Amino acid sequence: FLGAGGGNDIQWCFSQVKGAVDDDVAEADIISTVEFNHSGELLATGDKGGRVVIFQQEQENKTQSHSRGEYNVYSTFQSHEPEFDYLKSLEIEEKINKIRWLPQKNAAQFLLSTNDKTIKLWKISERDKRPEGYNLKEEDGRYRDPTTVTTLRVPVFRPMDLMVEASPRRIFANAHTYHINSISINSDYETYLSADDLRINLWHLEITDRSFNIVDIKPANMEELTEVITAAEFHPNSCSTFVYSSSKGTIRLCDMRASALCDRHSKLFEEPEDPSNRSFFSEIISSISDVKFSHSGRYMMTRDYLSVKIWDLNMENRPVETYQVHEYLRSKLCSLYENDCIFDKFECCWNGSDRQVEFSSLRTSDIPKIIVMTGSYNNFFRMFDRNTKRDITLEASRENNKPRTVLKPRKVCASGKRKKDEISVDSLDFNKKILHTAWHPKENIIAVATTNNLYIFQDKMN
Amino acid sequence: MFVRGLKRKCFDGEEDIEGTLAGIKAIPSYNLQRQSLLDMSLVKLQLCHMLVEPNLCRSVLIANTVRQIQEEMTQDGTWQMINTQSTGQASLDRLVSTDILCRSSRDQAEEKHVPAYGTFNKDFESDQAQGGSETMSTASSVQVPRNLQNNMWEMENPQENKGNFQKSLDQIFETLENKSPNSVEDLFSEVDNSYYDLDTMLTGMMSNTKMGHCDSLETFSSPTNTASNSNCKSDLNDLDHIVEILVES
Repeated sequence: FLGAGGGNDIQWCFSQVKGAVDDDVAEADIISTVEFNHSGELLATGDKGGRVVIFQQEQENKTQSHSRGEYNVYSTFQSHEPEFDYLKSLEIEEKINKIRWLPQKNAAQFLLSTNDKTIKLWKISERDKRPEGYNLKEEDGRYRDPTTVTTLRVPVFRPMDLMVEASPRRIFANAHTYHINSISINSDYETYLSADDLRINLWHLEITDRSFNIVDIKPANMEELTEVITAAEFHPNSCSTFVYSSSKGTIRLCDMRASALCDRHSKLFEEPEDPSNRSFFSEIISSISDVKFSHSGRYMMTRDYLSVKIWDLNMENRPVETYQVHEYLRSKLCSLYENDCIFDKFECCWNGSDRQVEFSSLRTSDIPKIIVMTGSYNNFFRMFDRNTKRDITLEASRENNKPRTVLKPRKVCASGKRKKDEISVDSLDFNKKILHTAWHPKENIIAVATTNNLYIFQDKMN
Repeated sequence: MFVRGLKRKCFDGEEDIEGTLAGIKAIPSYNLQRQSLLDMSLVKLQLCHMLVEPNLCRSVLIANTVRQIQEEMTQDGTWQMINTQSTGQASLDRLVSTDILCRSSRDQAEEKHVPAYGTFNKDFESDQAQGGSETMSTASSVQVPRNLQNNMWEMENPQENKGNFQKSLDQIFETLENKSPNSVEDLFSEVDNSYYDLDTMLTGMMSNTKMGHCDSLETFSSPTNTASNSNCKSDLNDLDHIVEILVES
């Protein structure tokens, strides 16, 4: 696996950890989504309590050239509140399921955040000056008695402490009967899709009272329901192409130019089942929990319970690569079914850009370094290097929190004699799961969310 | 005679059964495991936290698992119709196989195994040897919300079903809380069968198998409860019924 020996391999070091220290986790603090913006300067997290916290990277310190800027809290706001659906007598959770950033067009930043039912467009803007010296108003805003106004003056802007304000600019509501699992902004930066268990809708960012239904897999008779949509994403370059994954392990690629309702896929990606691995749990573990296009748009990655698969969009009948995340769990599926862990939805992500400058070597590498990352249990997370075919397991824990110390690779002992420093499968803590990870779009900085803490790691710079 | 190794492809090499004798002792019946998985799945489908809408993906996956088990049980004859027009010899065999199902786990080691399916892990097996306590610990440790609704996937539920179903589920939960039943089948023993008639009005996806239940259960008895015939009859009836109620639109 990747280790200190590889020449071009990334050596990951702890950088920061955010969140409460104590083991008693407040439910509202459970992190439910993590996303860098397009420049990587901002890092947003959403939690089960409906809050969004945005961290901003400090500008690089000239004296401290050996480390990149730290991330500090930039803005915190309550995105969604708990609601009650009176028709069904059910609560609507305020948990933020996904955050997606829009590319920056002016001084303000925009992001979409969604819970199970409603998507909101938030504007995050800075205010560092304010007008002072009004004629008709006092400083506190009260209107002056007009008879006391004897001179005319022009208000001027004076500097003030930086204030970051978040305001909801659009609310896209009432379009989803089922729970929203994905939102994805189109490459035209004007439209976006939202997907729930059975339907996918297309929105225009400016229009909130209308959306177009582009996929509907709800059967006429709900008793016949055997498959649901689990994730969806627009192609990074082609604004009429998107994919959606299902609970049966299939991915469908659709072209919106073909018809208004994309009932028939253009491509269907499905790997035939391995009959020797067949069990009652085969379908459950084949359910895809996340799908992500590569930055080039040529490949896509899917995550199912035990593996990560890389698909070439030109080949539908099988993935080009399959990486086992935690194959040692295959013999534990029944226990994992019993404690519901088998339904955990792990996400996955690509490294920042397909073409990266190697900081650790003296020359720019022409071969694009492509690494994919995903989480596992016991606060472990895994990375797979597509070029070298090597993989590494790392742990997000406060015990490794010495900055600039390279993280030690972890190993799980599946069976037999446990070597020193290995951890046996039965000792894994299944309550410590890493479901959400994100990779900086340009640099080797990663954000890894444990249950209620956010870890930031970066590569060791020489 | 049993087929060694077929169903255990996914296990570690070291834990494979080496000798015949060891094999007989260590393999509780596949059918018993399968039944427990079925019971566990049904409990999962019912015991959702109903204040918030249940996760549809999870429900669909569990329901598909239940369906798979039932299909397999139908195919291999453990869920069969006694009244079929088969030869006397064949039906005798089938009677024997269901009889074996009702014996204790030690005796069941001798029965034929269904190939290809069923990779239950060793942990599960050792828990089964403890008398099915695993299933019960699942059930009893889950919190039981009192304000249930009977509809998982579509919330345009007819109000009139609520009262009956609520009553039966309340009975189920009382059973869970008060007793320590040896098997989940006991849960259904007290359920009122009168609304099974309502069931026949609803379109069911298991209409094929439904007919067989009433008839097939003469010889089917629960492994732990010897008073059994009526228990099992209501057991399988309500097993179907509950899954139907859960998926009704």
